Amino acid sequence: MTETTRKTGLSRRTLLKGTASLAGLAAGSGAITGFPYVKSAETKVLRYLGTAVNEGDDISKQCLKDTGIKIEYITATTDDVTKRVMTQPNSFDVLDTEYFSLKKIVPSGNILALDARKIKEFDNITPVFTKGETPGGKKIGGQGTAPWKVLYLEGKDSKKFATSATEFVTLIPTVYNADTLGIRPDLIKRPINSWSELLNPEFKGKASILNIPSIGIMDAAMVVEATGKYKYADKGNMTKDEIDLTMKVMTEAKKAGQFRAFWKDFNESVNLMASGETVIQSMWSPAVTKVRSMGIACTFQPLKEGYRSWASGFCVSKGVSGAKLDWAYEFVNWFLSGYAGAYLNRQGYYSAVLSTAKAHMEPYEWAYWMEGKPAEKDIKAPDGSLLEKAGSVRDGGSYEDRMGGVACWNAVMDENDYMVRKWNEFIAA
Amino acid sequence: MSEEVLQQASPGLIPGSGTARAAKPTRLSPSFISWLQAGPMMLVFLAFFLIPLVFVVIVSFWDYNEYQLLPALSGRGYTDTFEGCIAQLPDLCTIGKTYLKTLKLCFMVWTITLFIGFWVAYFLAFHVKSKTWQMGLSLLCTIPFWTSNVIRMIAWIPLLGRNGLVNSGLVKTGLINHPLEWLLFSEFSVVLALVHLFTFFMVVPIFNSMVRIDKSLIEAAYDAGATGFQTLVNVIIPLAKPGIVIGSIFVITIVMGDFITIGVMGGQQIAAAGKIIETRVNALQFPAAAANAVILLAITFLIITMMSRIVDIKKEL
Repeated sequence: MTETTRKTGLSRRTLLKGTASLAGLAAGSGAITGFPYVKSAETKVLRYLGTAVNEGDDISKQCLKDTGIKIEYITATTDDVTKRVMTQPNSFDVLDTEYFSLKKIVPSGNILALDARKIKEFDNITPVFTKGETPGGKKIGGQGTAPWKVLYLEGKDSKKFATSATEFVTLIPTVYNADTLGIRPDLIKRPINSWSELLNPEFKGKASILNIPSIGIMDAAMVVEATGKYKYADKGNMTKDEIDLTMKVMTEAKKAGQFRAFWKDFNESVNLMASGETVIQSMWSPAVTKVRSMGIACTFQPLKEGYRSWASGFCVSKGVSGAKLDWAYEFVNWFLSGYAGAYLNRQGYYSAVLSTAKAHMEPYEWAYWMEGKPAEKDIKAPDGSLLEKAGSVRDGGSYEDRMGGVACWNAVMDENDYMVRKWNEFIAA
Repeated sequence: MSEEVLQQASPGLIPGSGTARAAKPTRLSPSFISWLQAGPMMLVFLAFFLIPLVFVVIVSFWDYNEYQLLPALSGRGYTDTFEGCIAQLPDLCTIGKTYLKTLKLCFMVWTITLFIGFWVAYFLAFHVKSKTWQMGLSLLCTIPFWTSNVIRMIAWIPLLGRNGLVNSGLVKTGLINHPLEWLLFSEFSVVLALVHLFTFFMVVPIFNSMVRIDKSLIEAAYDAGATGFQTLVNVIIPLAKPGIVIGSIFVITIVMGDFITIGVMGGQQIAAAGKIIETRVNALQFPAAAANAVILLAITFLIITMMSRIVDIKKEL
């Protein structure tokens, strides 16, 4: 009896030991296959953190084909991207983010500025980013965090934005657009040409605005200025009094039942518009396209006060160095070489290097998307689905007209903390 | 090493023998065994609840700027939160309005889920005689949980919208001329969705308490001449109290912290305590978010303490 007990005890122990070593072995081998960097000679992998705007399977597949670099997307909302840069800077290699978040990201020291001299097409980047004007020479509104204000750093490890061009670039520009109000022309049945229409009592209970404070307040400011109530020195950097005034106007409208709902993500905005819950609201270009592709009339309405613009670009995590940094440069150079730019242009965004994107687009596509000309043939999305029938014209017209009509840029204000508190008050009102 | 200790502790034992090994477990004191049993849960609780909570409290007293936490003692998270609470009197400040709204929604959801939950549990416990049917019907209640609660919530939108099924149905039958706007993106839709989502959390604990009620007590009440209502008030409700309180704690804690359902069904226009925290976190103002979390926790804790004053749950279990 004693003997047997012992034996079982012993054999159990050996069994345990055996399992443990097996498990260890499994874990060990798992680690090797799980982290390809160990065998970096074979696969080049970059972890790409960003919002869904620039991310597409087609882009990553083409990139792998052309450069051998495998892109692993980490997709998050704008706010979450910033949060991740702050809290887990080692969880990504390449960062794709908006210029306005630089005011938070750069002082944190978690990103590495890229060297402009290593970017082949840097000199061909549209003057929208470098000079604040369109290729045709139109001056672009600079209120808010305009990209040219935060494009350069003073030095490699500097946390200060340079006032003139240096070789240290915070974000290599990739994509941008001019946003305005989306409307349902079939339900409104009359021309709309001013931001002030958002608060027109005619649309009581049928209007909407974004519930992302930093962007929502810009749209609110466009509305306040359009109604003639106030003229801001800089909509993108309000004083406390200006924030109070803006939120007061919006709060009164909210209390009067002007807004049907606020939206927070792309799909919410599409659903509100498509279901007819709202007929006028702040919106993003691809959301308008989505509503239209459902067979519902929706216009991305150009307004006389101009557009609110945004732009994003690439930088790398401060943890990236050596071979991986080279791949990052290789990837950014590939991104600007045309395929990705054409892909973005076909979605209604704009690419940073126009010449290379043009080379990758059909002349009729370029004429429709960039020159504001009537479509010669049916216009198709990158996935091949029909977007517009032949003969239609892009809302807002040409690149010159749309980008030239930009009034302000998405921004982080100096009084951001106060603004966020006021926004909460607005929601609670 | 361990055998040495064992020898010293119990010199009568023959080292290494079978009896020694067999006797070993019985030598452990009962309290040690209970610690051992509670240990794993305690460690999980400590690591994943208490320690993070302590961090939240600590961070709530830190300062912050646009891009980082500043680990210096500061009450800014709290003072900002209560900004204007005295200056704006008699008007309520943001946090006051927010909590008033949250408590109002919470109270409405609680009373409705309690009412429905109680009667569903009552039906299952007293009207359904066979155990198999009881089991079957309770499982039936869980079917909605096979889909995610986001889906169950969003499913209401096409039903209640301006051009939704309910409105177009009512307009077609001629009951109303214009679609009812308050069906969606209103307090009504928020309460409806929350009741739909959380009534089951009321049913289960109340049902559990009810099936444990000794049937002879009800017979005794009947024999003593009590009416059905008297039996309900004097026998069933008091005995089902633990279930009622547990169910209420579930519902209240969930609704107090909810911001997704209130956001989606309220069209993001209704303030919620959880929503304030979310906005702050998204703006990278972690200490302010933590301060709000601490306030929410304190208020929820207060409500639960008051409820457990009514019933000593530990005793009843």
